[in-house]
Amino acid sequence: MKYTLLVAFLFIVNITSGQNCSYTFSGEVHDFHNGTKIEGATIYIETLNKYAISDDKGKFVMQNLCAGTYTITVAHLSCETITFDLDIKNDIKKVINLEHHVEALSEIKIEGHTGIKKTKTAQETVLKSNTLEKYSSASLGDALKEVSGVSTVSTGNTIVKPVINGLHSNRVIILTNNVVLQDQEWGIEHAPNVDLNTAGSISVIKGAGALAYGGYAIGGVVVLNPPNYKKVDSLYGKTILSGQTNGRGGSISTSLTKTYKNGWYVNGQGTLKRYGDFKAPDYYLTNTGLDSKGVSVNTGFNSFEKGFSVYYSYLNNNIGILSASHIGNVEDLVNAINSQQPTVTNNFSYNINAPRQDVTHHLAKVSFYKRFKGIGKLNMQYDYQNNQRFEYDLRVGDDRNKAAIDLTLQTHRLSTNLKIDKFDNKTFVVGFDGEYQDNFANPNTGIRRLIPDYTKYSFGAFITSEWRLNDNLLIDGALRYDYVNIDAKKFYQTSRWEERGYNVDFNDIIIEDLGTQLLTNPKFIYNNISASAGISYRINDENSVLFNYSLSNRTPNPSELFSDGLHHSAARIELGDLRIKQEQSNRFSASYTYNSKALNVNFETFYNNINDFIYIEPTGVQQTIRGSFPVGEYKQTNAMLLGLDLSLDLKINDHIKFANKTSYTKGRDLSQNRDLIDIPALKTMNSITYTNTKWKNFNAELKSEWVFKQNEYPNNNFETYIPTTDSYVNVDISTPPPAYHIMHFSSDVTLKTSKNTSLNIGLSVSNIFNTSYREYLNRLRYFADDLGRNMMLQLKFNY
Amino acid sequence: MKSLKFLSVLFLSTLAFTSCSSDDDNPEAVNEEELITTVTAVYTSADGNDVVTLEYQDLDGDGAAEATVSVSGSFAQNTTYYGDVTFLNESESPVEDITEEILEEGDDHQLFYQVTGTLNAITYDEGLVNYDSNGFPIGLQSVFTTTDTASGTITIILRHQPSKDETGVADGDITNAAGSTDASVSFVVTVE
Repeated sequence: MKYTLLVAFLFIVNITSGQNCSYTFSGEVHDFHNGTKIEGATIYIETLNKYAISDDKGKFVMQNLCAGTYTITVAHLSCETITFDLDIKNDIKKVINLEHHVEALSEIKIEGHTGIKKTKTAQETVLKSNTLEKYSSASLGDALKEVSGVSTVSTGNTIVKPVINGLHSNRVIILTNNVVLQDQEWGIEHAPNVDLNTAGSISVIKGAGALAYGGYAIGGVVVLNPPNYKKVDSLYGKTILSGQTNGRGGSISTSLTKTYKNGWYVNGQGTLKRYGDFKAPDYYLTNTGLDSKGVSVNTGFNSFEKGFSVYYSYLNNNIGILSASHIGNVEDLVNAINSQQPTVTNNFSYNINAPRQDVTHHLAKVSFYKRFKGIGKLNMQYDYQNNQRFEYDLRVGDDRNKAAIDLTLQTHRLSTNLKIDKFDNKTFVVGFDGEYQDNFANPNTGIRRLIPDYTKYSFGAFITSEWRLNDNLLIDGALRYDYVNIDAKKFYQTSRWEERGYNVDFNDIIIEDLGTQLLTNPKFIYNNISASAGISYRINDENSVLFNYSLSNRTPNPSELFSDGLHHSAARIELGDLRIKQEQSNRFSASYTYNSKALNVNFETFYNNINDFIYIEPTGVQQTIRGSFPVGEYKQTNAMLLGLDLSLDLKINDHIKFANKTSYTKGRDLSQNRDLIDIPALKTMNSITYTNTKWKNFNAELKSEWVFKQNEYPNNNFETYIPTTDSYVNVDISTPPPAYHIMHFSSDVTLKTSKNTSLNIGLSVSNIFNTSYREYLNRLRYFADDLGRNMMLQLKFNY
Repeated sequence: MKSLKFLSVLFLSTLAFTSCSSDDDNPEAVNEEELITTVTAVYTSADGNDVVTLEYQDLDGDGAAEATVSVSGSFAQNTTYYGDVTFLNESESPVEDITEEILEEGDDHQLFYQVTGTLNAITYDEGLVNYDSNGFPIGLQSVFTTTDTASGTITIILRHQPSKDETGVADGDITNAAGSTDASVSFVVTVE
């Protein structure tokens, strides 16, 4: 064996030494985008230590090359260096394309442009992975509160939804791994089904300016970017372990990535979270546990010219809902409001009983891109989502363990866009997308469907453009058209059908009369136009301003159209309206940024005028056999939102940093001249951070969170008769809770465990003084206090 | 050119998706299984000669139709009446008797009787069937003893998962009962 190897080796050496060494390698170096010749590029063969430099026509020549295979490196200042293998058997002429757009360069490194802003003139904030890791054991909504102007609307502490400048749910698009999340986002108690740990960074874009993702994001867009995969041969991983006292549980999230120099990568990630009953300062919040499991895999190939990605994620959340929040009628609600104590407070338990939610979300995606010389980059994507939602309520008899709500929402989406970047200072993106959605409400629940069966298909087309007029001035504009077609099959109780007046307006959609119920076939078609335009101007190195205008239209969601019946978690009879049209927003925003070494200030303001704003208004009380219930009807009005968001970072010295985030939002119903409901109160967060890199990268932060009382709210209180006391009482569902101030502390050190591995140990305490408080935008504020003190230990291994 | 081809493929596949969506099967109607449509309380005098029936019926549950409330007549003075409450779901066919489920899960249910005006209080009947396995009242059977003329409302409340061991609850005082309300119906009655 050894002998054969030796012979083979000698043979090869013999060939090489006997070869012709008079070949010429010549060619031209071009810019990939517009084909212009590049002067001054270096063409280098390392093994021979041979150089050539392109001339003013982009031409180069290398002479006296021997036959063989060489690795050629081509480099140019401000271009990406490329390397390729070249077989030389005769004279070779070759055109070499170099990439010199900085932005395009960053795209290649990271398929999803991690850490880079997605918009140029919109109000956008990027949260990087080190911030997100702090929230590894929490929810997306919790992490987004790091952005000034973003708050949360929640049902307890595990169902948390982001609110951007006062707007949430269907008015906010959540994009994970470039897929628009479709998971029944219409209800306040429907939290987004994403695991924060799958994101490498998150961009929060206020307003509807990012039209590529959809035209209906009147509130904004939250983009979860996948982590950055570098083109190197490497295998690395990250594991975050968290344990906390409140909820007596923790989470483990781990991810392993293999990358290759040639552009291939594969990543696997998983998260488990388990908590028992959480605790307010004075009592356990019975039945508030959480059991969450998530897995994702991502693989693909990236190069400058082409690439693809295959992604799949699974997430299951089993979430307990505070026992004390299950109420039977208005009297129970009055009792809950008046007692100031939850009606059920048991000892700590890990059990998750009814009422609870069990939601499973599958997401699969295939995407592909290719660059065409002299045109740009074509992206294509297909994604599929399956959202299975079970809600369990307190039921009796045979139905005890049967879900009260059983909905399956499936979404297929095909999207494509072409980014034309051949021009030096102009970029265009043209895109199309088509979506097909099917909602199935399982009748086996034995409870009338809250959301009917429906199919929806939509089609969108957009163009966005960007002009860089000079180094300091950039303008952008975008236009989008959407077609939405909804075809539903919905049962109405005959009594409700007539009470709503549908027998006059919609009698032609009845397809079956079952006596007490009518089967109807509502069909809706919506045509929406959205547009945006903006300017970004850099006054000098330190000061810059942004202006943006966006027009957007949102199609009413199924709950706004079709709701009809008792909504247990809200103790309210909610009535949708088939007559509801789309709402239209005109949003103007202006931002000022000051950036210096010591001080960063970002000041954002906006005015959002919404015509036909869809909201739910209390309209009275209905008597049922369970007692009386308030009735809420979906209506439309003209509204406006106005706000200021400030964020400030001040570096006092090398070790100490002060930061402030303050936001104020005002919401008015212009038609009725009164305040809008559920507008976040004025909030200010101040923090002081001490950092010392010499002490194992020590960081310590003390944060104060001050939320004022919301004094601007509509009065929706109503009077109701309480039979047990034979009296009429005023049910105060409107008055917001008082202001609160809570303090948080966090610290961490990073230990280098070997050359390529490290361990970060973090210790944090939230609500240090165990302050009792209630938050206006927590739906369970009528029933119990918010969370008390929590101590958390987090270990983060990078390997 | 190539990109145009891509786009056309995309359009075609979008069409393919939408065309396979035509689904003409109509969904199945749901009749609420646990819905209580009817609460009936029959009060029979000790001698069996006088019967007063209180009935609350709301066939469409949380639908828009008004409930019908009926009281068959007035109570007589100085008489002891024995009451028996039944809960029905009349939206189903055959009609479902929910009273059976309440008895089966007696631990999780309790009825409360509230009176207003000049009416005498209603107490639990002490018969064994009126108590759950832990010896706490369920309360389907009750006793109403009249004296002089009186008038007011009787409210019958069915609570799910009440705290039966809290103070006063076993005696029919709802104040500390907590739980959630499954039914709460009121009747205007007179004693003549």
